[in-house]
Amino acid sequence: MRQYPIDYGLVLSAVLFAIGMAGVFVRRNVIFVLLCIEIMLNAAGLAFVLGGARWGQADGQVMFIFILAMAAAEVSVGLALIMRMFHRFKSLDTNEIARMKG
Amino acid sequence: MILLALVAVPVAGGLLGWALGRRSTLVPRWISLVAMVLDLGLSIVLWAEHPAASIGGGPWIAKLTLPWIPQWGIQFELAADGLSLLMIVLTALLGVASVIVSWSTVRERVAFYNLNLCLVIGGIVGVFVALDLFLFYLFWELMLIPMYFIIAIWGHEKRQAASIKFLLFTQAGGLLMLLAILALFFIHGATSGEYTFDYFKLLGTPLAPGVATAVMLGFFVAFAIKLPAVPVHTWLPDAHTQAPTAGSVILAGLLLKTGAYGLIRFVVPLFPNAALQFAPIAMILGVAGVIYGAALAFAQDDLKRLVAYTSISHLGFVLIGVFAWNTLALQGAIVTMVAHGLSTGALFILAGSIQDRLHTRDMRAMGGFWESAPRFGGIMLFFALASLGLPGLADFVGEFLVLLGTYAVAPVIAIIAAVGVVLSAVYALWMIYRTFQGRQAPGRALPDLKAREMAVLAVLAALLLWIGLFPQRVLDTAAPSINQLQAGRTALVVPHGVHRDEL
Amino acid sequence: MELLWLVPALPLLGFALLTLARRLVRGVAALIGVGSIGLSMLVTLWIAYSFLVSPPQSGAASDTVWSWIALGDFRVSVAFYLDSFSLVMILVITIVGFFIHLYSAGYMEGDDGFARFFAYMNLFTASMLILVLADNLLLLLVGWEGVGLCSYLLIGFWYRDPANARAAVKAFVVTRTGDAAMLVGFLLLFTSLGTLNIQDLLSKAVSQWPSGSGIAIAAAALILAGALGKSAQLPLQTWLPDAMAGPTPVSALIHAATMVTAGVYLVARTHAIFALAPPVQLAVGIIGVATLLIAGFSAITQRDIKRVLAYSTMSQIGYMFLALGVGAWGAALFHFVTHAFFKSLLFLAAGSVILAMHHEQDLLKMGGLWKRAPVAFWTFLVGALAMAAVPPLISGFSSKDWILSWVWSSPAGGPVLYVLALLGVLLTATYTARLVTLAFFGRERDVPEHVHPGGALIAVPLIVLAVPALFLGLIQTPRSLGGVNLFASFVQGVLPEPGAEGPPSTELLLMAVSTLVALAGLVLGWALGVSQARAHLARREAEPAGSPLHRFLLSGWGFDWLYDRAIVGPYRWLARINQSDVADWIARGFAALSRLLNRLLSLAQTGRLRWYATALGIGAVAIVAMVVFL
Repeated sequence: MRQYPIDYGLVLSAVLFAIGMAGVFVRRNVIFVLLCIEIMLNAAGLAFVLGGARWGQADGQVMFIFILAMAAAEVSVGLALIMRMFHRFKSLDTNEIARMKG
Repeated sequence: MILLALVAVPVAGGLLGWALGRRSTLVPRWISLVAMVLDLGLSIVLWAEHPAASIGGGPWIAKLTLPWIPQWGIQFELAADGLSLLMIVLTALLGVASVIVSWSTVRERVAFYNLNLCLVIGGIVGVFVALDLFLFYLFWELMLIPMYFIIAIWGHEKRQAASIKFLLFTQAGGLLMLLAILALFFIHGATSGEYTFDYFKLLGTPLAPGVATAVMLGFFVAFAIKLPAVPVHTWLPDAHTQAPTAGSVILAGLLLKTGAYGLIRFVVPLFPNAALQFAPIAMILGVAGVIYGAALAFAQDDLKRLVAYTSISHLGFVLIGVFAWNTLALQGAIVTMVAHGLSTGALFILAGSIQDRLHTRDMRAMGGFWESAPRFGGIMLFFALASLGLPGLADFVGEFLVLLGTYAVAPVIAIIAAVGVVLSAVYALWMIYRTFQGRQAPGRALPDLKAREMAVLAVLAALLLWIGLFPQRVLDTAAPSINQLQAGRTALVVPHGVHRDEL
Repeated sequence: MELLWLVPALPLLGFALLTLARRLVRGVAALIGVGSIGLSMLVTLWIAYSFLVSPPQSGAASDTVWSWIALGDFRVSVAFYLDSFSLVMILVITIVGFFIHLYSAGYMEGDDGFARFFAYMNLFTASMLILVLADNLLLLLVGWEGVGLCSYLLIGFWYRDPANARAAVKAFVVTRTGDAAMLVGFLLLFTSLGTLNIQDLLSKAVSQWPSGSGIAIAAAALILAGALGKSAQLPLQTWLPDAMAGPTPVSALIHAATMVTAGVYLVARTHAIFALAPPVQLAVGIIGVATLLIAGFSAITQRDIKRVLAYSTMSQIGYMFLALGVGAWGAALFHFVTHAFFKSLLFLAAGSVILAMHHEQDLLKMGGLWKRAPVAFWTFLVGALAMAAVPPLISGFSSKDWILSWVWSSPAGGPVLYVLALLGVLLTATYTARLVTLAFFGRERDVPEHVHPGGALIAVPLIVLAVPALFLGLIQTPRSLGGVNLFASFVQGVLPEPGAEGPPSTELLLMAVSTLVALAGLVLGWALGVSQARAHLARREAEPAGSPLHRFLLSGWGFDWLYDRAIVGPYRWLARINQSDVADWIARGFAALSRLLNRLLSLAQTGRLRWYATALGIGAVAIVAMVVFL
C-alpha cells in the first residue's frame, strides 16, 4: 500500500470544508445549506481520521463517530425545522425568513 | 420594635391584600387602608409619646439594631429622631390619602396596584429610619421599583416614557450613591480597621479634602436628582404628569422628601467640610430652582405639569435652607418639606379629580368652573394660596424661616429667593384664573367634590392651617435633631478655622 | 384691654361661619356678615372708652394671645398692641367698615354670591384689624397679605368676566412685588437688630443706627417699597384703577378707606427708621407729590365714575405720603381719617348713582341726577367738598391745610414741594367739580326712565357717613381758626410733632391761598364738565378719539403700556419659548444618542441567515489568524 503524505489528505479536507462553507454562504435554498453543513462536518471528520492515522491512535476514529452521531442528530432536527419552515412560509429560501432584524 | 412595625405593617398589608385579592377588588382596598391607618396610628403614638426627644440624651427616640451580615459589617439598624418622625407621620398620612383617592379611580389590577402602593410607603418609611448605609441603599432602591410600576401600568397616555425616564434618572443617582457608600466603607475600614456600614461609626471619618468632595458629590447628586434640583429635575414633570393621582401625591409629597432628608441626614453630617465648601454652589442651585421652577410653572398649559414645576420651586427653598445650615434655615427647610407634602399633595389630588371628571389636563380647555363647582374652587384656591406662601399657612412659616436663616449667611441668595415669592403668586393665581374664573364653556361643567374627596382635603387643609398658626409643635419635634446636627458641624468646622462668610 | 383680641376675632368668626355653613338664607348671611363687624365695632368703642378714661401706664397696652414661633433668639407671638395710633386705626376701620357692610346688605341684594361676598368682606376686616394691631412685623405681614388676598378675591368677585379676574391677579401681583421687597426689609431688620417686635425694633434702631447710615437707608427703602405697592403710589400704582372691577362697596372699603392706606400706616408706624434715613424720607415726599399730580391729571380725563374716584384716591394718598415725607406724621394720620370717611362716602354715593343708572358707570351718560337721586347727590356733594378742601366745616379742609402748612414750614419741605402740592389742590378741586357737574347737573343724557338709587339700607349709611365727613375737621383746626388740637395731642405720644408751625400770619396767608386755589379749581372743573357734557350731546354717535395728550392721561400716563412691554411681555415670551424646558435637552440629548447607537447597531441585524454565517466565518478566520500570527 502506498503511503501518501498526510498533507494531501489535509488539503482534501480543507478543500471540502471550503466548498461546504462557500455553499453555506451563497446558497439560498435551505436544504443546500444543510447539505453544505454536512460537507463541512465530513471535512472535519476526514481531518480527524487523518490525524488518527498519522499518530496511530484511535481518538481520530472516535471523534469521527461522534461527528457522525452529531450530524445525524443535526440533520434530523434540521429537516424537521425545514419541514416547519416550508409549511409556514411555502418557501425554502433563507432570505424569506429574515424577520428577526433590528 | 415600633420602628420595624412601621416598616412592616404596610408591606405586610400589601402582600396580604395581594394574596387575598384575586377575586374581589374591595378586599385589597380595605386591607391596604387598614394597614395605612394602622401605620398612621403607630406613628402618631410614637409622636405623642415623645413630644420632643429628650435633649439631654441625644435626639434619638427609638432605635433597633439586629445583626444581619456581620462579615461585611452590615446591620439591620433602624433609628428615629424628630426629623424622621415628622417624615414618617407625613408618609403615613399621605399613604392613607393615596389609598383613599385611588379608591374609585383605579379599576384595573387593583390588588397589584395596592401592593405597589403599600410597598412604596413601606420603602419610604424604611428610608426615613434606616441608619445602616447598606440598609438605607436597599430601601432607597426598594421604593423605586413599585413606583415605576405605578407609573408604567396605571399612568396616563405617555406613561412608558415617563416611567423609564424616572427610573433611569433615579438609578443613575442611586449608582453614584452606591459608589460613594462603598468608597466611604473602604476608606473608613482602611483608616480605622473596622469595616462597617454603621452611620454612627462612619460619622467623622477623616477624609482628605479632595476625596471628601468626590464622595460627597456622589451622595449629593443622588439626593439632588431626587429633590429635584435644577438642572437634573427634568424627570419630575414627566413622571408627575403621567403618574396616576396617588402616584403623583406620593412622588411629590414623599419621594422628593427622601432627597431632602438625605441631604440633612447624610451629606452635611458625613462631610461637614466638603459640604461647607460646596454650600455656595448648592445654594445657587437652590435659588435657581426657586426661580426657574416658578417661571416654568407659569409657562405650562398642563395642570399637573404646572403643579409639578411648583414642586421644583418649593424644594429649591429646602435646598437653600439645608446648606445655609443654621437653626432657622434648617427648621424652615423641615417645615417647608412637611408643608409642601401637604399642599402639593392636595393640589395633585385636585388636578387628578379634574382629570377624572373632564378627561383632560389642558387648561386651555378649562375655565369658569367656579360656577358649577364652588366648593372645588374654594378648596383649590386654599391650596393655591398655601402654595404661594400666604402667611398663616404652613408654607409661609417654612419659607420665611428659610429666608431668615439664609439672609444671615448669604443675603444675596435670600434676596433673589424673595423674588420667588412674587413669581409663586403669578403662577398660583394664574392657575386659578385659567381653571376656575372666567366664563364656563358650554358642556364643560365640572361636577363638584364628593364627600370622600372633601374629607381627605379638609384634613390636609386643617393641617396646613394648624402648622401655619401653631408651628411650635413641629419645630420642637425637630429641634433636638437639629441641635445635634449643628453641634456635630461646629465641632468639626471650627478647629479648621473656616468661617461662613464666603458669600 | 383684655377684649382686644375680640376685635379681629369677631369678623374672623363671621368669615368662618359664612364659609363653612353650606346654604344660608340671605337674611342670616347678612346678619352674620354685618353683625360680626357691628359687634367688633361695639367692642372697639368700649376699648376706646376705657382707653380714654384710664389710659394705660406707658400709653400702650399689649395682649399676647399665643406664642407663634420660638426658635432661639427668634421669638414671635400672635400679640396685639394698642396705642393711640392703632386705636384711631381700628376705630376708623370698624366704624367705616360697619356702615359699608350695612350698605352692602342693600347693594348686593339679589347677587348670587351674597354669602361669599360677606365672607370675603369679613375676612378683609379681620385682616385689616390684625394688620394695624400687630405688635410684630411678622403678624403685620399676616394682616398685610390677608388684606391683599381679600382685595384679590373681591376685585375678582364677579369672576365670570375674565377682565375682572385679570384685574384681580394684577392687583395681587403688583402689590406682592412691593411685599417681596418689604419681606427682604424684615429679614434685614431681624438680622441686624435681632427682633421683629415693632416697638423693640424702633428703639433699637434709634440707639444702634446712626442717622443716615447705609443700613437705615436700606431698611427704610425696603419698607417703603412694600408701602408703595399697597398704597398704589408711584411706581406700583397701576393696579388701583383696574381694581374698580370689584363691587362698589369693595372699592369703598378696601380701595379707598382702609387697605390702600396700609402703606401710610406702615411708614408712620416705623417713622423712627425713616427719620434715620433722610434720603428715603425725601423720596417718600417726592413720590407722594408725584403720585398726587400724575393721578390728578389722569382723574380729570376719566369717563368712568369709579375710575375718577380711584385716581382721586391715589392722589389723596399722595398727600399722605407727602405729609410723611416732611415728617408730619400726625397730619398724615389725620388725613387718613378724614379721607376714610369722605372717600368711602363718595364711593358709596357713587354706588347709589350706579344703581340708579342700572350699572352704567360712564359719566358722560349721566347728568341731572341731583333731583332723581337726591340722597346720593347731597351726600356726594358733602364728600366732594371735603375732598376739594373747601372751608370751613368740611373735614378734608383741616387735614389738607395741616399738611400744606407743614410742607411750607418743615425743613424737609419747602417752597418747591409747596407749590407742587398747591397744584395738587387745584387738580383735586378740578376733577371733583367736573365729576359732580357731569354726574348731577346739566341735562339728563342717557339716564334710564326709572331710577332706583336704593332703599333705606343704602340711604342710612350714606347719611351717617356724611356727618363725620362734614364735621370731623372740628377736632383739629388751624391755630387761626380756633386752634383746636384734640387729634394731634391724642396721638402725640406715638407720632411726635415737633412744633414747627410758622407764625399765625403766614398760616392765615397760606390758608387763604389754598382756599383760593381750591375755589379756582372748582370753577375750572365746573367749566370743564359743562363743556364736555355739551360736546357729548353734540356728537352723540361719533365718539372722539381725543388728542394724544388726552389719551395719554386717560391711560394713566402709559405706565401699563410700559410695564407690559418691559416686564409682563418678556416674561410671557420667555415662558412661551421655554415651555418645554431647556434643561431637559440634556436628558433628551442622551436619549437621542442612545437611539442613534441603536439605529447603527441594528443595521447589522439583517435577519439574513447567510449574512450571519458569513460574519461567523470571517470572525472565526480572523480569530484564528490573530492566534497564529500574533
